[in-house]
Amino acid sequence: MGQMLTIGKALNLGLRKAMEDDAKVVLMGEDIGKLGGVFRITDGLQKDFGEARVVDTPLAEAGILGTAVGLAMRGYRPVCEIQFDGFVFPAYNQIVTQVAKIHARSKGKLPMPIVIRIPFGGGIGAVEHHSESPEAYFAHTAGLKVVAVSNPVDAYWGIQQAIAHPDPIVFLEPKRRYWEKAEVDVDATPDPLFASRVVHGGDDVTVLAYGPMVKTALQAAEAAAEEGRSLEVVDLRTVSPLDLEPVFESVRRTGRCIVVHEAPVTLGLGAEIAARVTETCFHSLEAPVLRVGGYDTPYPPSKLEEEYLPDLDRVLDAVDRAMGF
Amino acid sequence: MTALPETTEMVDPVPGAAAPHLPQRAELVQLLTPEGDRVEHPDYSLDIGEQELRELYRDLVLVRRWDVEATALQRQGQLGIWASLLGQEAAQIGAGRAMAESDMAFPTYREHGVAWTRGVDPLHVISLFRGVDNGGWDPVATGFNLYTVVIGAQTLHATGYAMGLQRDGAESAALAFLGDGATSQGEVNEAMIWAASFSAPVVFFCQNNQYAISVPLERQSRVPLYQRAAGFGFPGVRVDGNDVLAVLAVTRSALAAAREGQGPTFIEAFTYRMGAHTTSDDPTRYRLASELEEWKLRDPIARLKAHLSRSSIADAAFFQGVEAEADELADRIRSGTVDMPAPAPTEMFDHVYAEQTPQLAQQRADFVAYQASFEGGEH
Repeated sequence: MGQMLTIGKALNLGLRKAMEDDAKVVLMGEDIGKLGGVFRITDGLQKDFGEARVVDTPLAEAGILGTAVGLAMRGYRPVCEIQFDGFVFPAYNQIVTQVAKIHARSKGKLPMPIVIRIPFGGGIGAVEHHSESPEAYFAHTAGLKVVAVSNPVDAYWGIQQAIAHPDPIVFLEPKRRYWEKAEVDVDATPDPLFASRVVHGGDDVTVLAYGPMVKTALQAAEAAAEEGRSLEVVDLRTVSPLDLEPVFESVRRTGRCIVVHEAPVTLGLGAEIAARVTETCFHSLEAPVLRVGGYDTPYPPSKLEEEYLPDLDRVLDAVDRAMGF
Repeated sequence: MTALPETTEMVDPVPGAAAPHLPQRAELVQLLTPEGDRVEHPDYSLDIGEQELRELYRDLVLVRRWDVEATALQRQGQLGIWASLLGQEAAQIGAGRAMAESDMAFPTYREHGVAWTRGVDPLHVISLFRGVDNGGWDPVATGFNLYTVVIGAQTLHATGYAMGLQRDGAESAALAFLGDGATSQGEVNEAMIWAASFSAPVVFFCQNNQYAISVPLERQSRVPLYQRAAGFGFPGVRVDGNDVLAVLAVTRSALAAAREGQGPTFIEAFTYRMGAHTTSDDPTRYRLASELEEWKLRDPIARLKAHLSRSSIADAAFFQGVEAEADELADRIRSGTVDMPAPAPTEMFDHVYAEQTPQLAQQRADFVAYQASFEGGEH
């Protein structure tokens, strides 16, 4: 039976289920115990599973990830919470030089089933280092997989699938959408973790988004429809590996493609997707693949974030440009 | 007992060193003088038989020979680089032989002597430096983790592993190796905070070989390194790193304490790197020849040999036998290195993930097709 859940609550229930299913799952992070995390995603879990399985760690991100590596070597499945996107960088060394590479270096003898949960992206009026989109750094590192959920259904299933998965996964949670609600059927058969999904059908332009920008893309599709334009929206769901077959299929039909993300445009995920779509769908394209994203600036003070972040108007503007070719 | 040079003033006693397994005085633990005389220490006794003493000597000679051979192979272009352990044999053999089979070592990239004690084939270690792979041994089967090049990262792995041991109720410990330079790393400090906070069964074994490549210890620390431990809330002890017996005794004691739930210990093995940091640097640019000469007088092998001879624990035939064994090992290392095959090119794709991604599978297929296009072809 379905129940209405926010993304935050869906993650909480997903974590709970994963901990019930596998005694080797250990949550680690700052303030995740009594407080339940600054976003309350782990609310109540320490009370029910104890301090050994929901570990309030010292305040040091490299320590969280580095000890997770050792625990993984002992057969545990650590789920590390990074409090905010901009705080992942002290742990960046452990993630890219160790977590990502140990499976390869050991020829598969040392598994690294680590999940790194990061509330990412802007739009919540926070101070600096609380609103960043670091996905490209991780997607560029072989050995890591990167997932970005956009809704409660994927949050519930995705976190469980990520924890059960044998490879290290950077699991990006759209913090400004934590309170978005949808019906979650906990008895359903979930979609595979690393699969994109068409979430709005259309014929004129294919719009790709993931995480917090999926909702923006859907809003743009509704607004475009009022102007007689039909947008097909694809929720990528996974940043690495990319599942672009449904995208290619869509672009072959629409002939136009726009990639939307909050991260700075230069060398962002949009660049990679534009290159792949161009390589694969060159003869079907009616317009160059366009990118809508953040500017190549540090994330601005929150009073300017509405100007910085892509919104439905910037997406619609890109649609106009694509249609104009 | 010959005093070793102090880099900074020693403070005595060690604050926080209250656990029962610890020496209450700050000093260099020594059980065998540089002249080869056996001495006693009030806190660290070592009950050791003659056979075991002879085996330790054999270990020291064989790993030095391995090291000398590998250095020569690098000079001859057979290895890309080599990190020599020359001078640190006693620290590594003592620490390695202190471990129980179920303990786990987390090395840097210089712990060839520890690898030896864990039964890792020297050629597996050499394969890393020859560029054949990124670590050619089984860390699970040997209890010897892969080498870690990024300084200090492995101290956190050891601590996390120790937390796992603790959760599993295993009576085992993790032994994290690090150098004096690594103590400046944030991650090493985080590892010590974690170890203390969770009372993890981990021992930090710091080989203070006096230099982080070219930068001397004075640039890393204003206090003797073992004293750092007090700030983290666990005991630190300084041992003569060129005295295999003292290292063995101190490490055994610390590992036993860890296994018994007394938490971490920091061991500073006071030693000296006789060679270069790696075959790529030139130590004559940053240290004086007189310093090297001074340390030669504390050679870890010579002092054990003197003890074995003087105490009639070993005779000339024994020493000749060990030399012959070293010759054989050197031969095996030389031929094994030269004959070592390059890996299959597709291996680079094979273990990136436990579950291959479609993109990487495609790249692998493209690579195979591209390679095949050269066979008997027009290129």
